[in-house]
Amino acid sequence: MSEMQEDTNTERPQFSADALKQVDEIFSRYPKERRASALMPVLHLAQSEFGGWLSRQTLDYVAEVVGVAPIRCYEVATFYTMYNLKPVGKYHVQVCTNISCWLCDSETIVSSLEEKLQAKVGSTTSDNRFTLSAVECLGACINAPMMQVNDDYFENLTADRVAEIIDRLP
Amino acid sequence: MSAQVQILFKNSTKKNSHTLKVHKEGGGYKQVEKAFGLSTEDIIDEVKRSGIRGRGGAGFPAGLKWSFIPKDNSRDKYLVCNADEGEPGTCKDRDIIRYVPHQLIEGMIIAAYAVGAERGYIYIRGEFVREAEILQKAIDEAYKEGYLGENILDKGIRFDLAIHRGAGAYVCGEETGLLESLEGKKGQPRVKPPFPANIGLWGGPTVINNVETLAAVPAIIEKGGEWYGKLGVEKSSGTKLFSISGHVNKPGNYEVELGIPMKTLIEEYAGGVRGGWDNLKGIIPGGASSAILPKEVCETVTMDYDAIAKAGSMLGSGAVVVIDKSVCIVKAVERLSRFYRHESCGQCTPCREGTGWMSQIMTRIEAGGGVEGDIELLGSICGNISGKTICALGDAAVGPIAGSIKAFREEYLYHVEHGRCMVG
Ligand code: FES
Repeated sequence: MSEMQEDTNTERPQFSADALKQVDEIFSRYPKERRASALMPVLHLAQSEFGGWLSRQTLDYVAEVVGVAPIRCYEVATFYTMYNLKPVGKYHVQVCTNISCWLCDSETIVSSLEEKLQAKVGSTTSDNRFTLSAVECLGACINAPMMQVNDDYFENLTADRVAEIIDRLP
Repeated sequence: MSAQVQILFKNSTKKNSHTLKVHKEGGGYKQVEKAFGLSTEDIIDEVKRSGIRGRGGAGFPAGLKWSFIPKDNSRDKYLVCNADEGEPGTCKDRDIIRYVPHQLIEGMIIAAYAVGAERGYIYIRGEFVREAEILQKAIDEAYKEGYLGENILDKGIRFDLAIHRGAGAYVCGEETGLLESLEGKKGQPRVKPPFPANIGLWGGPTVINNVETLAAVPAIIEKGGEWYGKLGVEKSSGTKLFSISGHVNKPGNYEVELGIPMKTLIEEYAGGVRGGWDNLKGIIPGGASSAILPKEVCETVTMDYDAIAKAGSMLGSGAVVVIDKSVCIVKAVERLSRFYRHESCGQCTPCREGTGWMSQIMTRIEAGGGVEGDIELLGSICGNISGKTICALGDAAVGPIAGSIKAFREEYLYHVEHGRCMVG
């Protein structure tokens, strides 16, 4: 089970004006009396607004914004794997290692990434630039092996291409 | 290669196929008009006549599902599209969304009208960020052109459609887990009955259909249920997208009529097995949860619901994973067992504990530490999960293990006895 982590920064999280507008747009997708449905999208938004992860403080803030009890928010945040409960690097590199990718040698992709980034699966580089994860099927199996870097998919990978992709990241 | 009727991918290779303009040039949105001229009963009958079965995995007849929505219920009704594509090996809905999102939207408008839903959601897996962006643009376009909103085509018909992104939980592909998630909760499946048709999203009658099912609806309205029903084979009508991955020369999504011989599908469409047909070990026919079929069976089996079930597996989502002789089956299944352990939602004891035990035993056997009796132990755990859980995830976890023990028992025995695999 994933544990929640405190943020060492004691300042209370606060959405920017622009993010608050997005929150309103999210609310508008659901009937007025069903605001709790906005919890997942607002968590996604919070994660991208507050440095790629959700601290316990952020979760409390999201609960307040959506209007649900903090425990509801903790429950949801700890259930879904995309919510990061500890800090991740600037680039989250997620390699699919499920069946189709594994058959197409995702193991080589994982080891070449480990070598390239000098980081083991499940860890973040010391400069906080990369977090490397091995993940389950990402739904791009016909283009195996593949990986996701933040929001983008990279498919039909080879060890060389992986190195190239990493080098090209700004 | 025989030319196949294309329904879902008819327009998918056109330039800018994802735009409303190209969709309309190909005859798109005409079926909304046609459907609005029909009674809701007539539409449901047409879909029933087509015989189309749910393309997400369970294969339940879609028309029947729609007909379960009670007419006399005063609560708001909902239409939900399941785009949580997470069954390992499956990536067909992604291509519908990327290439022909308006076809899905058009199908949803018709379905919503037929069942009396004024609000709908597309639940898309969270990792499909770019796909969700394309879909949102398409929805915005449809609103602008008056195909969505409070007064569609000035006919006084209302349908509002929004996207709800998941956040990485396989179990949300199960329809009631999905509803929980849509309500802003953990995606733990509900006890059924009541079925969503009676008590679904926020307690209202709800229809949940897969992307591929809904995207086929416009063609059924256009050409009629009878026409669609003639495609494919008996009890498996229509066309189906197969995601073919693994050890084939041309992996891809192929749309073919149901009932095509598996061997034809692999040899003629997917470019054949790597190293030739004789290099084949087995094929997973319908996503990770379906039992692997050994080569002898693959020689003759056809790709339809009944034939695959008779062969001891299931057509599932249509994710065909091809495995050649270089692969150790124990290792492949060990990988899958870790997946189910990770994805069990933890609600039912047999699944929560059982997936963990199965994965531990698989890992032990794979690592060379298997002991006598392990295979029987796996079989007994399978028996204690199967049919004893709220949702199908438990059975899904059992599928690959029970199936591979049946078809490749000698590989398991060798592993336990020698502490290593038979192949390399
Ligand atoms: S198995 Fe890797 S994307 Fe599906």
